[in-house]
Amino acid sequence: MLKITDLHASVEDKEILRGINLEVNAGEVHAIMGPNGSGKSTLASVIAGKEEFEVTQGTVALDGEDLEDAAPEERAHKGVFLSFQYPVEIPGVSVTNFMKTAINESRKARGLEDMPANKMLKLIREKSELLEIDRKFLSRSLNEGFSGGEKKRNEIFQMAMLEPKLAILDETDSGLDIDALRIVANGVNKLKSSDNAVIVITHYQRLLEYIVPDYVHVLHNGKIVKSGGKELALELEEKGYDWIKQEATV
Amino acid sequence: MAYTEEELKKELETKEYEYGFYTDIESDTFPKGLNEEIVRAISKKKNEPEWMTEWRLEAFRIWEGMEEPEWANVRYEKPDFQAISYYSAPKAADPNKSIDDVDPELLAMYKKLGISVDEQKRLQNVAVDIVVDSVSVATTFKKTLGEKGIIFMPISEAIQEHPELVKKYMGTVVPKTDNFYAALNSAVFTDGSFCYIPKGVRCPMELSTYFRINEGGTGQFERTLVIADESSYVSYLEGCTAPSRDENQLHAAVVELIALDDAEIKYSTVQNWYPGNSEGKGGVYNFVTKRGLCEKNSKISWTQVETGSAVTWKYPSCVLKGDNSVGEFYSIAVTNNFQQADTGTKMVHLGKNTKSTIISKGISAGKSQNSYRGLVQVNSRAENARNFSQCDSLLMGNECGAHTFPYIEAKNKTAQIEHEATTSKIGEDQIFYCNQRGIDTEKAIALIVNGFSKEVLNKLPMEFAVEAQKLLEISLEGSVG
Repeated sequence: MLKITDLHASVEDKEILRGINLEVNAGEVHAIMGPNGSGKSTLASVIAGKEEFEVTQGTVALDGEDLEDAAPEERAHKGVFLSFQYPVEIPGVSVTNFMKTAINESRKARGLEDMPANKMLKLIREKSELLEIDRKFLSRSLNEGFSGGEKKRNEIFQMAMLEPKLAILDETDSGLDIDALRIVANGVNKLKSSDNAVIVITHYQRLLEYIVPDYVHVLHNGKIVKSGGKELALELEEKGYDWIKQEATV
Repeated sequence: MAYTEEELKKELETKEYEYGFYTDIESDTFPKGLNEEIVRAISKKKNEPEWMTEWRLEAFRIWEGMEEPEWANVRYEKPDFQAISYYSAPKAADPNKSIDDVDPELLAMYKKLGISVDEQKRLQNVAVDIVVDSVSVATTFKKTLGEKGIIFMPISEAIQEHPELVKKYMGTVVPKTDNFYAALNSAVFTDGSFCYIPKGVRCPMELSTYFRINEGGTGQFERTLVIADESSYVSYLEGCTAPSRDENQLHAAVVELIALDDAEIKYSTVQNWYPGNSEGKGGVYNFVTKRGLCEKNSKISWTQVETGSAVTWKYPSCVLKGDNSVGEFYSIAVTNNFQQADTGTKMVHLGKNTKSTIISKGISAGKSQNSYRGLVQVNSRAENARNFSQCDSLLMGNECGAHTFPYIEAKNKTAQIEHEATTSKIGEDQIFYCNQRGIDTEKAIALIVNGFSKEVLNKLPMEFAVEAQKLLEISLEGSVG
């Protein structure tokens, strides 16, 4: 589904990604771990098409199609979803209104009519129950005055609404208490199917106890320096990142 | 029964055959320039009574002794008042012009606003196959309103038919001496609306100038007078949401509202006159004086969405004369490209327990300058006066400006005055967030701007709010590269 080949990317002439290779197939969960500043969030942003990052070499392809010229909203229409590490506030725009706009814009891109209001309401009801979200929450302004946990839960609610092909969760576990973590992970697991894929970016193995990865990759200095199964996450938890760094420099 | 605009439009369509065609189009225009002769000639043309002519002449003499104000935060080339023609008959449709001759950019805009082809033709002065005689349609309206004793007609007719009301109230809220443009308007106004709601009557529909006769050629110098008698209520909508590309450089209108004891007037405006092109050429100078007088326990609400005009100078105000009266001002002002707006309100608290609320939302893009200017004045006898003001500015890009000039004069110790202000910028992160959810940049900006303006948009009557939202989108198109 996703194929990243020798990807180099920089911001303001500073190279952050230095040759990433990654292949994610439908039905798989991949975890990307690594120390601070290793390029995890940059990788997520580059896949989503954020313009401040310049791709200097290599390709990102979705279902065999090079995404180079696709604008961020076009990537979203093709099924790329990013759960932000720091979701932004949009005052005066309710969660419901935002979702309605997002869904209808994606439908428009596919040549479909707006989703009828009753269907939209039904979908909202279903997905908010899945994430144990109080419906009052949905009429509040997007992320304005939300707690850290509420913001993250709202991100996964949006993912549930949009049903993406490829979901990238960027440090979704940070700022979550254990109950919220369980609810969020539970939501992600229910959305998982043989047709979609998830990339989980995290520092800690805590989230991976709930969302169990098929593959774990360690990112260091803009490169994937080690890949393995879920046991690699446990090893990292135990030993830290230093041995990986040493291994990488050797 | 809620009379919707849709129903009105339908009525308009079905009435057109019944009442035949209107073809009598005047074509005379006065020579350029302004002097006593011209003022007299305007009055004569309108068949006005002697007192009206004298009223105009007095205003003209006052105007002659005045100078154009320069205190506003706007820069423009002053109009040459002797180079303007002060009376021009309604523009006739040009039979040789077809819809194909109209600027395609403008047509695209009309399409977005959902304006019908016939309406587009009317706006562009293109001959329409069937000329609707709006007088007849307006007559059916008048009947419905007439049953309640409501008077709604062009001010020139009101001068003929209800001189006692016009004489009693015109110039009492905005006197001829008020300011340069108000004096000019008093001397040369050619059209406008008059509305009177009798005691205890709640006007059953939103009164809109859209359906008033002669609306096609909006006067350069419009004069509006709305009187709500004791315990009455009226909601008045001004302006058409179609972007009329009016060639008139100068618009100096005067609007006076009078709310007698226990009455309420809600006055909503959507202004989108030609703002000039993206290089700052052309566009309308909109120098408007709007003021309302509140008697005991009465309420006046001004709501405005200002997206057009090259230069705007406008301060819809309330004089809270009666005890317990309430004044409100809700405003969205959008400036893009080279537009300049200096707009706000004056709340003058004279009576006891008077309350005022000011919510102003300024949105600046391009190289535009957007200023809020407001005065909250509490008189020495105005015990327990309260005011709440909130002025928010939203900036797009790095070349525009937002300014706030709040003036407060409190002469009574019991006054409570609150002022809040914020300035924010549409961030790239906000846009990327929307993009990532499948919303393109233009739509994202519209969403953010609508969210920012929500408190004011909510004050507009339903169908107006929808059009105002679309208008905000269109006004800001292309503002982020």
